[in-house]
Amino acid sequence: MTALGKLFGATAFRLALAILMLSAIGAGVVLTVIAWQVISVVDREIARTIDAEAKGLIDAFDTAGIRRLDAIIEARKREPGASLYLLTNPIGEPLAGNVEQIPAEVLLHPGFLPIIYRGSGATGRDREALVGVYILPGGFRLLIGHDLGDRARIEAVMVHALAISLVFFAALGAAGALFVARRVLKRIDDMNTSAQGIMAGDLTRRLPVSGSGDELDRLAEGLNEMLGRIAVLMEGLREVSDNIAHDLRTPLTRLRNHAEAALAFGGDAAAYRQALEKTIEESDGLIRIFNALLLIARAEAGGDLGPPQPVDVGEAARSVAELYEPIAEEEGLALTVHAEDGLKVRGNHELIGQAIANLVDNALKYGAPNKSSAGAWPKPDVVIAAKRAGGSVVLTVADRGPGIAAADRTRVLDRFVRLEGSRSRPGSGLGLSLAAAVARMHGGTVELEDNRPGLRVRLTLPAAPDEPAQPQAPAELVLNDRNAG
Amino acid sequence: MSDMRILIIEDDRDAAQYLAKAFREAGHVADQANDGLTGYDLALEGGYDVAVVDRMLPKMDGLTLVGALRKQMNETPVLILSALGQVDDRVKGLRAGGDDYLSKPYAFSELLARVEALARRGPKGAPEETVLRVADLTLDRLSHKVTRRSEEIVLQPREFRLLEYLMQNAGKVVTRTMLLEHVWDYHFDPQTNVIDVHVSRLRAKIDRDFDAPLLSTVRGAGYMIRDGAR
Repeated sequence: MTALGKLFGATAFRLALAILMLSAIGAGVVLTVIAWQVISVVDREIARTIDAEAKGLIDAFDTAGIRRLDAIIEARKREPGASLYLLTNPIGEPLAGNVEQIPAEVLLHPGFLPIIYRGSGATGRDREALVGVYILPGGFRLLIGHDLGDRARIEAVMVHALAISLVFFAALGAAGALFVARRVLKRIDDMNTSAQGIMAGDLTRRLPVSGSGDELDRLAEGLNEMLGRIAVLMEGLREVSDNIAHDLRTPLTRLRNHAEAALAFGGDAAAYRQALEKTIEESDGLIRIFNALLLIARAEAGGDLGPPQPVDVGEAARSVAELYEPIAEEEGLALTVHAEDGLKVRGNHELIGQAIANLVDNALKYGAPNKSSAGAWPKPDVVIAAKRAGGSVVLTVADRGPGIAAADRTRVLDRFVRLEGSRSRPGSGLGLSLAAAVARMHGGTVELEDNRPGLRVRLTLPAAPDEPAQPQAPAELVLNDRNAG
Repeated sequence: MSDMRILIIEDDRDAAQYLAKAFREAGHVADQANDGLTGYDLALEGGYDVAVVDRMLPKMDGLTLVGALRKQMNETPVLILSALGQVDDRVKGLRAGGDDYLSKPYAFSELLARVEALARRGPKGAPEETVLRVADLTLDRLSHKVTRRSEEIVLQPREFRLLEYLMQNAGKVVTRTMLLEHVWDYHFDPQTNVIDVHVSRLRAKIDRDFDAPLLSTVRGAGYMIRDGAR
């Protein structure tokens, strides 16, 4: 489509043209009504003048007879700018006047009517006039007419005005339509250019906003917000694929190497068996990484948790602590829990348990103080604490290990980040980021703090709204307690 | 574990064949169906101790199949296999009438242990024994007392539940994830050897002071409690 074709095809242009046409029609109607009104006023005025003159002439006829009337008409028709006169006898033969050719039937009925006449002078041109026909006593007929040249001039002025205003409307409207259409088209073209750029892969581009706050701006802002959200999702996806590429390739390569080595170097059945066992072990590790990645990706895309159930965070903490307590003992750490009762959140029991387990697992893996400085450090406890804070349930897992430098604290929440010195330990590097993803899925957060010394991880989840109190159950519990005591 | 009749409903023929072969090597009889409708008909004919049902099947999907079986009052224990990894997938599978759920990929030892556990569960609603016995070890579910050779063994509540679950499945392999699921009610992978540590503590209490150990480790699979282990 050519630029001009695009301009004329633009909705704005066509809309402006339609408005122009409507206003032109309106102007035409107004002018026509005015012209019609003016003309009818002029006509009435002429008729009144004719009537007045006729009255005078009829009076003269009544008092002085036909000869006197004849004389008056002969005298009057010679005056400059005279009216039209015609006096006939009862059979229609002209007696006096300045009108020569006139249709005979005009004289048959009294009243006003417009006629075309030819003047008596040499310049015999057809002219229009309004005439009044009167029947005098005795059957004489008197015709008095006024030339309608004035009216024609007024009509001409009106038509002229109409023509000028239409031309003006057309010019102004076309210019306006072109201006509006080009303006809108320009902005839409700009938006389109940006959209093309974005589609070509530049997700950082945004649609231009003029700042006027008009409907196009609002549209652009809405679309920009959408683009922002898409960019975040795309970034997440890109990160996932980067991480998959990086962190699945390494164990996959290892897996392949083991299998290849077993084939190449052979050996006895035991060697093959060992290679196969190694292969299974590696693939289990891969599956674990894969599952964790999927879960994190889903959490970041705002995935669904299934129907949320009430979860008691304190209960979950105690149960996880009990699960990990033997491990703590093996590591030479004391694992303690301080949890308030009734710390209810809404969510997925499984995932919250897993998040807490990851935090505890992490604290047990890295929470042991350096052996060399052990004496100077506080007692190597891993402490799980859970309490209510405002509208949130806050669970902290604190250790007395080497901690994490402030600069690294947000970084370790990223997937696969394993700080120097921890690479030799088992683990996928996904524990903390998985806990963070679970927190995000539940509308909460994971933060890392300094435990002076050591690391404290703070998991904050929105508390479940209070449920109606059930007085029965606690009362019974108290009773049982007493019985037991 | 003597032979059971197992029905495998799985559209991946390779996987189904592998499963059937592995079940036969474990001493069971295995039949295959490669689509949902065939599987449904076979399961309705009855006589199977356990059905292993893939979730995504041609002609009739796994969950529908299980629902249809239950509507026909067919109570064959069903283990659902799924490649879907949604968080609430397990819940959906169990709600549809499945008795257990395992997501792909899985270790065959895990599947075998779960299938054997399902088959032994027997008809639903049968009264559970209140006293479990393995050799000279006795567990009383009502009084929460554990004795061996009439000597009382004091267990922590969780150790009691661990032993209870092992004894319910006496003579069968119980995997680490099965223990985590039934004793702790968690379905995730704890990524460490927590379960092993708990089991070795339990073992210390029930086996250490006695000459005939009952609780044994099954390499690459899990644990088993039985008379004359070693």
